[in-house]
Amino acid sequence: MAYKKKTVILFLVALLLTCLYIFYGLSGNIDYILPRRIVKVIAVIISGGAIAFATTIFMTITNNRILTPSVMGLDSLYLLVQTVMIYLFGSHSLVMMNSNINYVISIIAMVLFSLILYRILFRGEDSNVYFLLLIGLILGTFFNSATSFMQVLIDPNEFMIAQDKMFASINNVNTNLVYLSVVLIFLVMLYFWRYAKYLDVLALGKDLSINLGVPYNDVVKHLLVIVAIMISIATALTGPMTFLGLLVVNLAYEFLKTFRHKYIIMGSALISIIALIGGQLIVEKIFVFQTPISVIINFIGGIYFIYLLLKENRSW
Amino acid sequence: MVKVERLSKSYHDKKVIDDVSLTIEKGTITSFIGPNGAGKSTLMSMITRLIAQDEGLIAIDGENIDKVKNNDLAKKISILKQSNSIQLKLTVRELVSFGRFPYSKGRLKKDDWEIVDQAIRYMELEEIQNKYLDELSGGQRQRAHIAMVIAQDTEYIMLDEPLNNLDMRHSVQIMKILRQLVDELDKTVVIVIHDINFASCYSDHIVALKDGKIVKQGQACDVIDSCVLKEIYEMDIDIKEVNNQRICVYF
Repeated sequence: MAYKKKTVILFLVALLLTCLYIFYGLSGNIDYILPRRIVKVIAVIISGGAIAFATTIFMTITNNRILTPSVMGLDSLYLLVQTVMIYLFGSHSLVMMNSNINYVISIIAMVLFSLILYRILFRGEDSNVYFLLLIGLILGTFFNSATSFMQVLIDPNEFMIAQDKMFASINNVNTNLVYLSVVLIFLVMLYFWRYAKYLDVLALGKDLSINLGVPYNDVVKHLLVIVAIMISIATALTGPMTFLGLLVVNLAYEFLKTFRHKYIIMGSALISIIALIGGQLIVEKIFVFQTPISVIINFIGGIYFIYLLLKENRSW
Repeated sequence: MVKVERLSKSYHDKKVIDDVSLTIEKGTITSFIGPNGAGKSTLMSMITRLIAQDEGLIAIDGENIDKVKNNDLAKKISILKQSNSIQLKLTVRELVSFGRFPYSKGRLKKDDWEIVDQAIRYMELEEIQNKYLDELSGGQRQRAHIAMVIAQDTEYIMLDEPLNNLDMRHSVQIMKILRQLVDELDKTVVIVIHDINFASCYSDHIVALKDGKIVKQGQACDVIDSCVLKEIYEMDIDIKEVNNQRICVYF
């Protein structure tokens, strides 16, 4: 039962780093600093956990270790949806002023897109991972380009306001959305509960899942909706982090060496939290904010991604 | 009894299964034979709802499979496809335990584990039951998968080329086990098989397919016949009686 022990170790490390982040160098106006740090940590934990969770599920239903929701362009899409809304409604309109409404509309758009993605991914008689990867990269680039294009068209003053409000990064966590996100995560977990038992079987592939009585199409569709909501939450809180999911889920599989999703999901979420909070500690205290952590994670994650592609290629 | 009526399936205007009707009797081994691309695997996949049919009806024990709940069907009929590339880090025993999923939903009870152990014993996998699948030879992996299907404990068992990757000893072992499943445990087994001699020696019924149509179906001895085989495989096949078994000589 080594993987249970390892999960506990991960939990302790994550807890230690979280406490360190909250209490390290705490001086001055504690009443002001402490609540702000705690909210930020909660946002980072939710975001990291959501990315790990969504990526684990996505890899299981697509049966591969390379495709992640981010690589398929889901977080780029979230930014596009946001930009389209500023473009259409303007930064002063009702929708923009209340970021929670904006958040919910974006999530609905993401869910609709995930249902389209479901048709592309799972209706073909046989789908090739590399073909899907290509589609995903093209879609991601397309979403990014469309986002930039629209941002150029928007009035610069309006764009400044919108950017400040909407486009989060790990140094600029969108704390307005934290409370709504906690509620959403809770609801998604309730929704997920019905499908949790199928994950281990889904990892065996489509044919074996159907053979073992999993209502395959139905389950996959609902799980993809969950993935889309999770990615929306993470992107809204801390901005896009393309390779984080890929990195942490693969590390969880390597480290825990089990197929049980209960532990892989917990493990990858904990690794994700460790990477984000630990990385943020290093960035803030050692690099003094000179390098954003998303750059570091994408750098390491990107190298790992290339390594995975080469490794897969060799075993062909 | 599995009843298939007027089944059809096309891929891009090409009919892979064309108006096929057949009945699979309880307590028998039925073999699907035919050249590559005859539609054997497609037919099997449709009977086990892996692929949806374009037209036609499939009924198991009088119930239309489209109307039965997935989980109930998984307790009645199981299928093992020919390519099983599981990328997970799984031991043999863990794989076999997945066979109990329709009953336990992943929380195996004591009697589930007993059935798992029984299946492992049946396939003589005790010694390697704690090894990981990627450490095994192709034949051992195949046997582990068959053990999983046995643990699923369904009345109907469908195997798509179960002898793939197996040497003679293990091929015979598996065919004997299938025979035992039918004779002792009263299961119904359907296999897709390329080696017509195995089909001839071990099956009760044979269904011969070509280009998506049934050429001939019936008792093994009726189908293993020079004229029939010539029509299916387009080659002259000599049939000799050895120890009361019909053996095809096609070399």
